[in-house]
Amino acid sequence: MAAEIVSFMLNGRETVVVVNPLETLKDVLRDRLGYMATKSGCSQGGCGSCTVLVDGEPMVSCILPAKDIEGREITTLEGLTTKAGELHPIQEAFYDNFAMQCGYCTPGMIMISKALLDRTSHPTHEEIADALAGNVCRCTGYQPIFEAIEDAAHRISGHEWSGGRDIGGSKS
Amino acid sequence: MTKLRGTGIAAVNYPTGMNLGGDPSQALIHSTTTGNFVVSLSSTDLGQGLKTVIAQIAAETLGLPFENIIIDTADTDTGPHCMGTFASRATHRVGNAVVEAATEAREIMLEIAAEELEANPADLETDGSGLIKVKGQPDRAIHIIDLALAAHFKHARTIAGRGMWMKPKSPVDPETGAMDPDSTEAHACVVAEVEVDSETGQVDVLTLKCVYEVGRAVNPKLVEGQVIGGAFMGMSHALYETTDPFYPSVEYKPLNWTEYTLPGPHEMPVIEAQILEYPSSNGPYGVKGVGEMTANAPIPAIANAVKNAIGVRIYELPITPERVLKALAEKGAAEA
Amino acid sequence: MTVQHKEELHVVGKSVPRRDGLGHVKGTTTFYEDHQFNNLCYLKMVRSPVAHGKLNGVDFSEAEKVRGFVTYLTHKDVPNNIYTILRLIGVGPDDEPVLAVDRLRFKGEAIAAIIAESEEAANRAASLVKLDIEELEPVLDVEEALKPGAPAIADTGVNYFIYENEMDHRQVRLGDVEKAFQEADYIVESRFQSSPIEHAPTETTGCIVVPESDGRYTVYTNTQALFFSLDNAGITLNLPFEKMHFVGGTSGGGFGGKVDVITEPVTILAAMHTGRPVKFKYSRQEEMAVSSPRGAWRLYYKDGVMKDGRIIARKVTTYADSGAYNRHTPYAVTKHAANAAGPYNIPNVSIDAYCVYTNKAPSSAMRGFAVTMASWAIEQQMDKIAEVVGLDPWAIRFINAYKNGDMKPHHKIAEDATLIEVMQAAAEMTGVDLPQEYKDMSSAEVSHD
Repeated sequence: MAAEIVSFMLNGRETVVVVNPLETLKDVLRDRLGYMATKSGCSQGGCGSCTVLVDGEPMVSCILPAKDIEGREITTLEGLTTKAGELHPIQEAFYDNFAMQCGYCTPGMIMISKALLDRTSHPTHEEIADALAGNVCRCTGYQPIFEAIEDAAHRISGHEWSGGRDIGGSKS
Repeated sequence: MTKLRGTGIAAVNYPTGMNLGGDPSQALIHSTTTGNFVVSLSSTDLGQGLKTVIAQIAAETLGLPFENIIIDTADTDTGPHCMGTFASRATHRVGNAVVEAATEAREIMLEIAAEELEANPADLETDGSGLIKVKGQPDRAIHIIDLALAAHFKHARTIAGRGMWMKPKSPVDPETGAMDPDSTEAHACVVAEVEVDSETGQVDVLTLKCVYEVGRAVNPKLVEGQVIGGAFMGMSHALYETTDPFYPSVEYKPLNWTEYTLPGPHEMPVIEAQILEYPSSNGPYGVKGVGEMTANAPIPAIANAVKNAIGVRIYELPITPERVLKALAEKGAAEA
Repeated sequence: MTVQHKEELHVVGKSVPRRDGLGHVKGTTTFYEDHQFNNLCYLKMVRSPVAHGKLNGVDFSEAEKVRGFVTYLTHKDVPNNIYTILRLIGVGPDDEPVLAVDRLRFKGEAIAAIIAESEEAANRAASLVKLDIEELEPVLDVEEALKPGAPAIADTGVNYFIYENEMDHRQVRLGDVEKAFQEADYIVESRFQSSPIEHAPTETTGCIVVPESDGRYTVYTNTQALFFSLDNAGITLNLPFEKMHFVGGTSGGGFGGKVDVITEPVTILAAMHTGRPVKFKYSRQEEMAVSSPRGAWRLYYKDGVMKDGRIIARKVTTYADSGAYNRHTPYAVTKHAANAAGPYNIPNVSIDAYCVYTNKAPSSAMRGFAVTMASWAIEQQMDKIAEVVGLDPWAIRFINAYKNGDMKPHHKIAEDATLIEVMQAAAEMTGVDLPQEYKDMSSAEVSHD
């Protein structure tokens, strides 16, 4: 099997790579192009830490053959921050709600959250659970991630969010 | 199909630090020319937030803003020795080392401030805003930036400190087991509410109400992170996880996220947490340690709740649907 | 969640945002694998397919033909072919080879390291290594392993860690349990069995070692303990300590699973042999099946209880399944012995804790190490006692709760006790109206027994 030339859009930028038949999109993003936000937790498609958007659809990049992304639009976590360095509301919500600990699952979690909120502006608890079911988090117990997504939904739609819990200390 | 509800409690202790000691950590602090303080460590952050709480402890001890603290860690060339991040030891030992280092640095800071302000160091105070002031005379003050510049370029002094904290090694008496294994004890009490499906054996944890006594919660939101994350992991231990489903046989080892059964976002219980603080005698600001304990307490609370729900005690882990159904069947046979 | 503060502090006690929060949400927090290097090689481990066996030969001839193959390492290449993690915490002797010599003691045990230009080449070459193995009967059950005549797994000739005074267990003795059992109104006995648990961090164990231009080696690793790992690697490789520079970033989930120093020594060796950067990353399969789990524990509790609910004697016999090698389990069993009677004031305690070898993946530290399964057993035992005596679960715990000044089974005087206080708060939180007697209790009192 021969190497192939693949051209695609990466975070809005035209990108061309030569890929080997066995290379996955995750391999290309990390090892070829140096986009390290997308993580590599299992290479089995089981943990979601490699989640990216392919034409807006969330996919696990570790089992997606790189040769199949010809002509597609790929969005990674790096693509969420604006060119001016501003955070996306989802990123802000994760930050403010302490929705991460070790941070390894966080890129995948933010990408799946983006996919969810792109489709459903105010997802229910059940809809959030369905969306997150393919993303493993071993540290947080998921609860703060739910809160971050609910908060993000309100930020995106421009409303104030009165949720979350008061834990007795002040955030400075 | 019947849903059986049950409640169970568990009250536990957890020791801080590596058993038997020989358990040291060190810290170094130095000021830049503009009043930022670099804390040099070789400790690792596992995500529990060590870098954040250490910066808080350093800022508190120095009497300066949190933003002034720079944490430089996880490098064996630049950071002094630390035993590591495990045994719920990090905030306690590294924190203590940082308190000692920051105390030394603060003394030097106040000495220089005293010279600049023509006052006695004992008459100076800080308010956490970056100012060093003469007590009762707020117009006699100097900002840390100016102080640091003066220290470096006028007084030719380094504002720096060294810290080290170690629990010395303690031998064990082989006959009696007499030993001094830990620095302090944290405690927890968890009440679990479960619902068991008598037809499928599935156990759902409805609520986990938790009280954790941690000495001092340096960052309450990070402590909460441990409580919630630990509760979920404890629930997972109690009901789902095993690397050897047919233990002690090693057949059928799980090799991926599907075969190694774990609960997910659909299985989240409602978790309520309350933190109590009874400062320890030897932790920084009374810190005990919380990272591990949060996974321990929920497990027996859930096991006791299952017993309460189905009337039979299960003596193995994980409490799988198969084990629940087997226990119910045995109970039914016994009652017949 | 509510927190009570005792005094005015300006930043301790406040929920300031995480220092690494921005890095996490932008994906710029550095994990060891995020460092890129030219000329990187990949290390894959050839592992034992059997739980117990004699290793009579290893044939690399087919593996060497794989395009991209660079080199292989066996036990002959390791200067001091032993893991020294116990030695550095003052326990010994060390027992586990870095690469197997002539004996295989668990399915997945490391036999040889293959280094190649790509992951695919390393995996393919590793799969082509031929192993000449004579299978032996595995020992799997902790109590079976201790029976006379059981095949010995360890080189010491026995299936248990030998403690001081040649003892086959760690023991704690306070008072006289047998005498107290005679006086007790009830005897309550239980047997508990837990399962091995995998840490399952989202990031697997691994490291990248880079030879530097000054002759040193930089080790990018997700170990939980940098100096611990450095020191162990130095002893194993006979490499002067100043030659190594260990750098961590953030560990993508530790939970105790990244303190075995399992990847660094052999990867440093590979970098020394090839002069190139080498990466050794545990696959998810290795992380699940081979990396150390939390050990399974078998616990026997026998309690002597009075009609009024006081536990006057607790006899505990436990067996920690250490798997094929020690790792940290001998240390854990000692820690366990100090906690196996629980946070209760019991005047007569006997604890016998065994560290047992079986032909399984060696177990090691995990969140709650040595105490998790003791707490699980103890708290179930407390409920069981409550049923026998006819008291409710709160009462049995308040009656027996320890306080400051009490003598703990390991002869340390209790301090910083707050079991009573957490129970009082939990009762209130769950709407349980405790009897005034329990509401008035305090850990500050010294027991008058």
